[in-house]
Amino acid sequence: MGRGLVALGLGAAAVAVMQASFNDYLLTLASIILINVMLTTSLSLTNGLTGLFSLGHPAFMTIGGYVAAILTYPARRKGFMMPELPEALAVQQWDLLPSLLVGGTAAALIAVLVGFPVLRLRGHYLAVATLGLIIIVKVLVNNMDGYTRGGLGLNGLPQLTNLWWVFGWTALSIIVCWRIKHSSLGRTMMALRENYMAAQCMGVSALGISLIAFVTGAFFAGVAGGLMAHLITVITPGTYSVVLAFNLVVMIVVGGNGSLTGAIVATVILSIASEALRPVEEALELYGLSQVILALCLILMLIYRPGGLFGSAEPALVRRWFTRRSP
Amino acid sequence: MLELVDLHVYRGATHVLRGISMTVDEGEVVALIGANGAGKTTTLQTVSGLLRPRTGEVTLRSQGRRIALAAQAPEAIVRLGVVHCPEGRQVFASLSVEENLMIGAYARRQRTGIAADLARVHDLFPILAERRAQRAGSLSGGEQMMLAVGRALMARPRLLLLDEPSLGLAPQMVETIFAVIRDLNRAGVTILLVEQNAAMALELAHRGYVLENGTIALSGPAEALLADEQVKHAYLGIAG
Repeated sequence: MGRGLVALGLGAAAVAVMQASFNDYLLTLASIILINVMLTTSLSLTNGLTGLFSLGHPAFMTIGGYVAAILTYPARRKGFMMPELPEALAVQQWDLLPSLLVGGTAAALIAVLVGFPVLRLRGHYLAVATLGLIIIVKVLVNNMDGYTRGGLGLNGLPQLTNLWWVFGWTALSIIVCWRIKHSSLGRTMMALRENYMAAQCMGVSALGISLIAFVTGAFFAGVAGGLMAHLITVITPGTYSVVLAFNLVVMIVVGGNGSLTGAIVATVILSIASEALRPVEEALELYGLSQVILALCLILMLIYRPGGLFGSAEPALVRRWFTRRSP
Repeated sequence: MLELVDLHVYRGATHVLRGISMTVDEGEVVALIGANGAGKTTTLQTVSGLLRPRTGEVTLRSQGRRIALAAQAPEAIVRLGVVHCPEGRQVFASLSVEENLMIGAYARRQRTGIAADLARVHDLFPILAERRAQRAGSLSGGEQMMLAVGRALMARPRLLLLDEPSLGLAPQMVETIFAVIRDLNRAGVTILLVEQNAAMALELAHRGYVLENGTIALSGPAEALLADEQVKHAYLGIAG
């Protein structure tokens, strides 16, 4: 735990240095990378540890993002932007933190509703169901234009997110996922991934454990959606799409199924790489090049190192730093 | 302790168990023998809740209560002390030996005594203590079987359902596993044993049932079955 605080302090110092020396572009970039880290670590609870295949993160981000955006939106502009909003909500203008919490909770509730029937089934039902959820959420947001302005999206959101908020939430997400992984709960998640039937034979509730992984991930995705919306000050029904789900899954697979260190390292490297490729795309007029390269990364990884960078474990160096007793 | 009454179980469209009735009394070792596809594994999976019967009853009598197992989830059945050790060394391959054993203790209500039980499993199978930090997938077949049995013991079973513990093991290893099963039974654990190795199973068991095409073809005391001409011919490989 002491070592954990040291790591947290080092991270905070790095954030302070970045805040003081980075320009707006670099600060936004750093925030986006950290939000991506939050997304992949929370998605690795299902897709890494529990062996489920969820594509649902963009749907949960959209839900959390819109809920938070409606709550923080300036009250004087709510009247014509969201005419159908109930009077009680229309006069409210919340701070960022409670809005994020409500957004995350809304996403988690939807995850319970989706997960309860779907997680009873084995196989790729969750991937299909969450893929459908992305589309359902998008259609709903498009059509609830009295609350969401439909396809136009909500712009002019207050820019409440800064690197400190993002750092705090990302750190929380990493800590929660780390502690789950190294507890008896995490062990049962991995048991389900390794051998579903044997885990059931040992009294592991497949539905209960899968739900915990899925809903916890959805909460952090909802919060991340809110953070992102208040960073780029706009949210539309298409902001968080299937493409994002694909990118997140690639980052987890490249990092290693169930390795948090792997997810973090892969997310940072791939996020920076796709940003660095942007000017190249523009210069060569080869838009979509970074997607192609990402997909190639995935294919090469699956051929030459199917376990990902770090496999399921944390690298010995990281493990030794954070756990004093021998593994 | 356990009573199955006129049990019919389907796997998909296949009618596997066609009306099975049997009992296991407290303190017994009961052997369930039969050819491949007769329904032995299906019987165990129905008792442990992995499969649901179409009709019929699975009743557990425990401390004066009668509990209908067919209505319970697998995790609830484990908590009642009925633990299923599945066929074919189903270990959690990328977890360590120790982690595998700790998952066995997952469903226990009282957390006390886990360290003592771990020590007991290490006593029964010293190789598991030696290999505690090793990946379970890197163990040999026999060691994985020991791990699977050890893991089941960590759940403190009162009724242990063992599916083919001798499958694919060297004769020496089979002796070891069977000796442990005998010790467990002497310590008070009731055992329902599914085996292809009918001779060994019947030597160990008090009673036996012979399963043929989803029905009970024969049943009785183990010695009687061992002496039965039909059993000798079909399952013990002795020309009658």
